[in-house]
Amino acid sequence: MPISFPTTLDLGRFLPEILLTVFGTLFMVLDAVLQKRSKNLFGHLTLLALAAALGASLYAGSEPGPAFGGMLVVDGFATFFRVLVLGVGMLIVLSSYRFLARENAETGEYHALLLFSLAGQCLMASANDLIMVFIGLEISSIASYVLAGYLRDDKRANEAALKYFLLGSFATAFFLYGVAILYGSTGTVKLDQIHAVLTGPNAPFPVFVTLAAALMLVGLGFKVSAAPFQVWAPDVYQGAPTPVAAFLSAAPKAAAFAVFLRIFTTALEPIGTAWEPLAWGSALASMTIGNFAALLQSNIKRMLAYSSIAHAGYVLVALTARSDTGTSAAMFYLAAYALMNLGAFAVVTHLSGKGERYLTLDDFAGLAQKQPFTAAMLTIFLLSLIGVPLTGGFFGKFYIFKAALDSHLVWLAVLGLLNSAVAAYYYLRVLVMMYMHDPSQAVQEAEPLSHGLQLALVLPALGTLFLGIFPNWVLEFAGHSAALMK
Amino acid sequence: MDVILFLVFAIIAVVCAINVVVQAHPISSAVSLVGVMGSLAVLYLLLGAEFLAAAQVIVYAGAVMVLFVFVIMLLNAGAESRKGHSLMVQVLAVPLLVTLLGLLAYIVQRIYRSDTTVHFGGFTHGTPQDVGRALFTGYLLPFEVTSILILIAILGAIVLARKEID
Repeated sequence: MPISFPTTLDLGRFLPEILLTVFGTLFMVLDAVLQKRSKNLFGHLTLLALAAALGASLYAGSEPGPAFGGMLVVDGFATFFRVLVLGVGMLIVLSSYRFLARENAETGEYHALLLFSLAGQCLMASANDLIMVFIGLEISSIASYVLAGYLRDDKRANEAALKYFLLGSFATAFFLYGVAILYGSTGTVKLDQIHAVLTGPNAPFPVFVTLAAALMLVGLGFKVSAAPFQVWAPDVYQGAPTPVAAFLSAAPKAAAFAVFLRIFTTALEPIGTAWEPLAWGSALASMTIGNFAALLQSNIKRMLAYSSIAHAGYVLVALTARSDTGTSAAMFYLAAYALMNLGAFAVVTHLSGKGERYLTLDDFAGLAQKQPFTAAMLTIFLLSLIGVPLTGGFFGKFYIFKAALDSHLVWLAVLGLLNSAVAAYYYLRVLVMMYMHDPSQAVQEAEPLSHGLQLALVLPALGTLFLGIFPNWVLEFAGHSAALMK
Repeated sequence: MDVILFLVFAIIAVVCAINVVVQAHPISSAVSLVGVMGSLAVLYLLLGAEFLAAAQVIVYAGAVMVLFVFVIMLLNAGAESRKGHSLMVQVLAVPLLVTLLGLLAYIVQRIYRSDTTVHFGGFTHGTPQDVGRALFTGYLLPFEVTSILILIAILGAIVLARKEID
C-alpha cells in the first residue's frame, strides 16, 4: 500500500465535515465553560456553522474529484445532497428556537448532536467506499437516536429513542453483513472497483452478490423507512420532539437515499436485474402501506410519518427505474419532499403548544380564521404533498412516474398514481379542518408565529413554489450529476 | 500440524457455538461464547493474521464478554424456561436449517473448489506493523472519522443520562 498523506485538495473536499465537527466539538466545550449565556446563542452559532459548511460544500463542489485515495468522491451528486442536508439543518434550527424555549430545554448538546448528525450525512453523500458509507451511516444514526430521546423526562420520547436505537442497530447489522459478503466475494470495498469486478472476467458467483445486495437493501430500507421495514417510523416520529421528527423525516432519509442510489446504480448496477424485483416490491409495499395507514390516523405526527413512508415508496420507484432519469427524478423528489415536509412539521411545532399537547387533526380546526398566514403556508405544503401543479411535489411525482414509464415499469407507475390519489384524501382532510371548522382550543391558545418559525415556513414555501414553477434549474443539475456519477 | 490444530480448534468452535444456543442459562451461554471467540483467535493465528488474533482475544474474549456477563448479572437473568413453541417453528426449524447449511456448503464448494485460495501461513500481512501502516495511510480517513463516532456515543450517553435539562 503506497504511503499517502492527505493533500490540501483532499482536505478541501472534506472541509464541510471538518467544519461541522469542529463547531460541534466547540459547542460541547462552550456548554460546559460558559456560565452566563445569551438566549439562542447556540442556535445562532449553529446557523453560522451550517452557513460555513454550505459555503465549503459549494467550494468543494466547484472542483469535483476524488479525495483520500478514492475513499470520498466529491461530484455533483455529493454536492447536491450535502447542500440538501445542510439546508434541512438550517430549517430545523430555525424551527427549534421556539420549541427549545417552550420546553425549557436549550442546551449546546442539542445543536452539537445536530451538527454531528449532519456531518455523518455529508459523509454519506460523498462516500465512495463501503467503509466510509458505514461510518457515515453510524454517525448520522447514533446522533439521531439520541436526538429522538432528547427530552429525557418525556416517556414517549424515551420509548421512541429506545425503539429507534434497537431496530436501527439491527438494521445496521444487516447492512454490514451485506458489506462483508460483498467484500468477501469481490475482494474490495471501493464502489468503482466493485463495479469493475462484477463486470470483469472473474465475476464472483452471482448468488453471493445478490445475497449481499438483498442484505444491504434491508439495512438501507430501514433507514429510509421503506416497507416492510417501516414499523418503527410512526412510533419514533410521534414520540420524538417535533423538530427532531421533522429532521428525521428529511435529512437522514435523504442521505440514506443518496447512499442507496450511489451503491445500487454504480457498484451493483451489473446485477440490476437481480435486485430490481426486490426494489419493485418494496416500492409498491411502501406506497400502499403508507397511504392506506395514513388514512386511519388521527394524530398529525403519525399521519406525517405514514405519509413519509409512502413518499419513500415513490423515491424507490425512481430507484427501480435503474436509469439516469430515475436517479435525477429521485434527487429532485427528495429536495421537494424535504421542503414541503419540513414546512408541514414546522406548523405542527408551532401549534402543538407546551409539552406537545395538541397533536390531533381536530386541533387544526379553524386555523385559517385565527392565523390565516400560517394556514396559507400549510396549504401550500399540503397541496405540494398531494402533488398539485405549480408545486414542487407535482413535478417530483411527474418525473418519477415518467422515469418509471421510460423503463417500462408500467404497472408500478399505474399503482403509484392510484396511490397518490388515495393520499389526496388525508391531506385534504387537514385542509377542510383548517378552513371549514370553528377554532379549536389549540388554535385559540396558539401564540403568534415567532421570527424563527416565520422563516422556517416562508423559506420552504418559496422553495416549494420555485421547484413547482422553475423545475428545470434543479432537474438539469440533478440529471447532469446523475449521468456523471457513473 | 496445521491441519491438526485447525481441526481441533474448529471443532471446539463449532461445539461451543452450538452450546451457546442450547444452554438454558445465560451465563453458560456467555462462557461458551468465550470458547468460540478464543478458538476463532487460534484460527486467525493459523492463517497468519497475528494482530487480528490478538485483537480478538483482547477485545472480544476480554472486553466484550465482560460487558455481556456484567449485563446478564445486572439484569439478574435466571435460566430460561421452555414455553410452548409455535407449530410452525417445530415443523419448519430443522428442514430450514438443513437447507441453509446445505446451500452454504454448496456455494462455498463451488466458489473455492481448489485449496489454493486459502492455505495456512499464506497470508503474511497480518503483523501489527502491517496493520498499523494500513491504518495510518490508506485507511487514515476512516480511522480518524471513527473518532467522531466515538465522540458522539459519549455525548449521547451524557445527554441521555443527565439528571435534568437546566
